[in-house]
Amino acid sequence: MNPKKIEDKLAVNKFDVDQEVHIRIKEDICNQCKELDCLYACPAGCFTAVEDHITFSFEGCLECGSCRIVCEKEAIDWTLPRAGFGICYIYG
Amino acid sequence: MKQHFDAIVVGAGPAGCACGLTLAKAGLSTLVVERGKFAGAKNMWGGVYYGPLFHQLFPNFWEEAPVERYILHHKLSFLTADAALSAEFSSIKFGKKPYNSFSLLRAKFDRWFADKVQQAGAIVAAGLQADDLLWDGSRIVGIKAGGDELPASVVVACDGVNSLLAEKAGLRKRPLPQDMKQGVKEVIQIPRQMLEQRFNLSGDEGVAWEFIGSFTKGIPGGAFLYTNKDSLSIGIVVQLSALVKNKVEANDLLEEFKMHPEVARYLTEGELAEYSAHLIPTSGRAKMPEFFADGFLVAGDAAAFCLVTGLNLEGSNLAIASGMAAAEAVIQAKKKEDFSKKSLSSYLHFLKQSFVLKDLETFKKVPKFLENPRIYNVYPGLACDMAEKIFTNDGQPRKKIWKQLKRSMKGNVSLQQIASDLYNIKRAL
Repeated sequence: MNPKKIEDKLAVNKFDVDQEVHIRIKEDICNQCKELDCLYACPAGCFTAVEDHITFSFEGCLECGSCRIVCEKEAIDWTLPRAGFGICYIYG
Repeated sequence: MKQHFDAIVVGAGPAGCACGLTLAKAGLSTLVVERGKFAGAKNMWGGVYYGPLFHQLFPNFWEEAPVERYILHHKLSFLTADAALSAEFSSIKFGKKPYNSFSLLRAKFDRWFADKVQQAGAIVAAGLQADDLLWDGSRIVGIKAGGDELPASVVVACDGVNSLLAEKAGLRKRPLPQDMKQGVKEVIQIPRQMLEQRFNLSGDEGVAWEFIGSFTKGIPGGAFLYTNKDSLSIGIVVQLSALVKNKVEANDLLEEFKMHPEVARYLTEGELAEYSAHLIPTSGRAKMPEFFADGFLVAGDAAAFCLVTGLNLEGSNLAIASGMAAAEAVIQAKKKEDFSKKSLSSYLHFLKQSFVLKDLETFKKVPKFLENPRIYNVYPGLACDMAEKIFTNDGQPRKKIWKQLKRSMKGNVSLQQIASDLYNIKRAL
């Protein structure tokens, strides 16, 4: 049967992962954040709350833009991966 | 000297390709830039294309385009945790050329579409990203891409729902989460014969199936299931602001939906081929940005052209129609060699001529109406509950249906609320 967890689902996707990070979080703001809206908004589970801070991994990013929009503190410096990098849908 | 284009179209999705094709056919020098490795690489959807609309662009496109199935059956189901109440509409007319609608996969179809744009005479540059706009005073005169400055008389932003170019042009601000729905989708492969048996399909017939119900846990939204040739596109679409407010993840709702017995039986032995996500601008007319500036037009998702009818969401068809309308405006402007905002305002005229602005106007009250939580957490349950009572025969004498209904409503919804919701349905639809 099909995988249920996000990380297992992302594993079937085709990514051309760049060395360059395209989304950065402002840790000083994020580590104080109580709402943690990004955790629920990100369909790729890129944000993780570890004890007292937030970690972000850009590798599985689906470039949907949800995190940029939900963060009221504008603590997410959001751009797109460089041309040709990032998610590469085969079906879409 | 660098080549100066009549038009640079940013994004080779449905809006950008429709625009680029129309411009190239009219003989304008056109560059279409696409940040994906190939056109379609960044695109996903859950939807159907209208046959007659695409037939205008490419007569008999279904003969060569990578479409999946023509949609013969439309289904709508209300789901509770353990029940489903469904309606199905099928029409022989939908199976006749140019076909009412098609399921298709964006990454395959858009690639084909972009090839057609290139064949029509435009340059399609995949793997090139528009990083910024070029300005001459308050006029937009091209783009910066890949470290180069590319001048053009007009830039058409078809760069999708997160259009950074429309923001840079000052036409819109960062969208709000209440104006967006998040779509999360899986493509699940199932051998063709098995799929056709399961859905009772023959040949290239297909099903488009929409769902509303308890699986979204009261969050405005729903789910979809479309048949492709040998795969299913299955996903949910939920309001982004409500997801974070309720601290729920879309993937968990999708899993809950997939486990519903009415849904799960169509998925067994299927294999996940892709997991994708996208935002959809669903606030309708009220929240749309301005569409044009000096030397600049916006089309498709970038302009938030998304029609919310209550039964479905339509973005790609509006993207095509708005891309064509933007191209018509550019063609007019080229005749006068005047690409000012005033000259490009004929875009509005062409949008009004097509169904885009008319449909958005007709259904403008729907987005607000769909914020009503009873649509998701009361009525599907009520409908299933009534059906269960009507069909159950447990040897006990039965009560009048009206009495049953009143009992099911108790504590969930009042007669006044139903009357008010019916009134609002009438107003919205």
